[in-house]
Amino acid sequence: MVKFLPMYVKAAGLTLRLGMAGILLSLVVGALCCMARHFRVPVLDKVAGVYIELARNTPLLVQLFFLYFGLPKVGIKLDAETCAVVGLTFLGGAYMAESLRSGLESVDRAQVESGMCIGLTPLQNLRYVILPQGLATAIPSIGANVVFLIKETSVFSAVALADLMYVAKDLIGMYYKTDEALLMLTLSYLTLLLPISIAFTLLERRLRHAGFGGAV
Amino acid sequence: MRDLAVLFKGNNPARLMGGLGVTLGLSLVSVALSVALGLVVGVLMTRKNPVIRALMRLWLETVRIVPQLVLLFLVYFGMAKAFNLQMSGETAAVIVFTFWGAGEMGDLVRGAITSIPRHQRESGAALGLTQGQVWRFVLLPQAARRLVPQAINLATRMIKTTSLVMLIGVVEVLKVGSQIIDAARYDAPQGAVWVYGAVFLLYFLACWPISLLAKRLERKWAVVADA
Repeated sequence: MVKFLPMYVKAAGLTLRLGMAGILLSLVVGALCCMARHFRVPVLDKVAGVYIELARNTPLLVQLFFLYFGLPKVGIKLDAETCAVVGLTFLGGAYMAESLRSGLESVDRAQVESGMCIGLTPLQNLRYVILPQGLATAIPSIGANVVFLIKETSVFSAVALADLMYVAKDLIGMYYKTDEALLMLTLSYLTLLLPISIAFTLLERRLRHAGFGGAV
Repeated sequence: MRDLAVLFKGNNPARLMGGLGVTLGLSLVSVALSVALGLVVGVLMTRKNPVIRALMRLWLETVRIVPQLVLLFLVYFGMAKAFNLQMSGETAAVIVFTFWGAGEMGDLVRGAITSIPRHQRESGAALGLTQGQVWRFVLLPQAARRLVPQAINLATRMIKTTSLVMLIGVVEVLKVGSQIIDAARYDAPQGAVWVYGAVFLLYFLACWPISLLAKRLERKWAVVADA
């Protein structure tokens, strides 16, 4: 087992690197979609709506297969890592957009209207009134998304990326060390995800009192 | 466009639909088992007993943190090696999805039950309802309204997650798709984009109506739940 440890550490690095890249981009895409919908930007609002429904209702594995095996046939060649990040962002962006939206929507109407009454522009209202409260509400579900997206990276092995899953499959195939490989695989994911999960629980606890004026 | 025809060649459409049938069948069995078990688990989760609570918590955290694909491998390959338990991919899938789904469902049930304000139960008791009547007429109807949309969402997640079972050798819609592509490698070199596109669309068509239903129910019942 000790002999295989470096392989797992390296693979965990890849899992984490691709996961983080995907999550950060997801947040960006999610925020853009959320803004398009929040301000009801013409056309973009609809595009974001369609995108969110498409991405949320199809599995990542199918999205990846389409990107990795499908697109090269029509001349769009992406390497495996790019596919993985694009796929994860495609999926994650929609989930993040929904989390942010429900956060923003949870802000009490009276708050938004009060903001307008004291003469804040829509942007100022968003910046000083809606976001601070809405984000606090959105944090738990964003945290759940982060854990969910890192878990989803386990399907990357299917497009030949040497992530944790791939190393485990490899070891099973080559040395028939099924028990050890699977045990280490499970432990690797626990080591990656437990701290993240705990961190978000703590963050959530800190932010719980950020809401104001709503029903308690 | 020219290789689009591969989708409609021979019995390919029927095979894809058959694959979709396997996908939906697996999901249906897993969802049904998860809901049944989840209801029990959820009630257990609301218990005060610290041992039960800790066990349930451990279960929930496990299924939340370990990827479903890892669970599939653990059951499909791990069990075979450790206990010499040879099972089909389908069986392994149902076991894993039920284990996962029952945990998640249990948490939804717990959330739905504990979200009901205490005064509801107490008012019921003050009106002279028995414990059973309080559950039947006060708590369950309110809990159900919160629970049903979330449970439907869980069902769509399960349908999507069944795509993973192709990686443990179950021939479902995605696997059928890749078989069609492999078979037509020379006649239709661009087939992959259409076939995987079609699979993408099939999943979407399977999940989208269900998601819409969940969203509608959520909207419809939201106001009542607040009162």
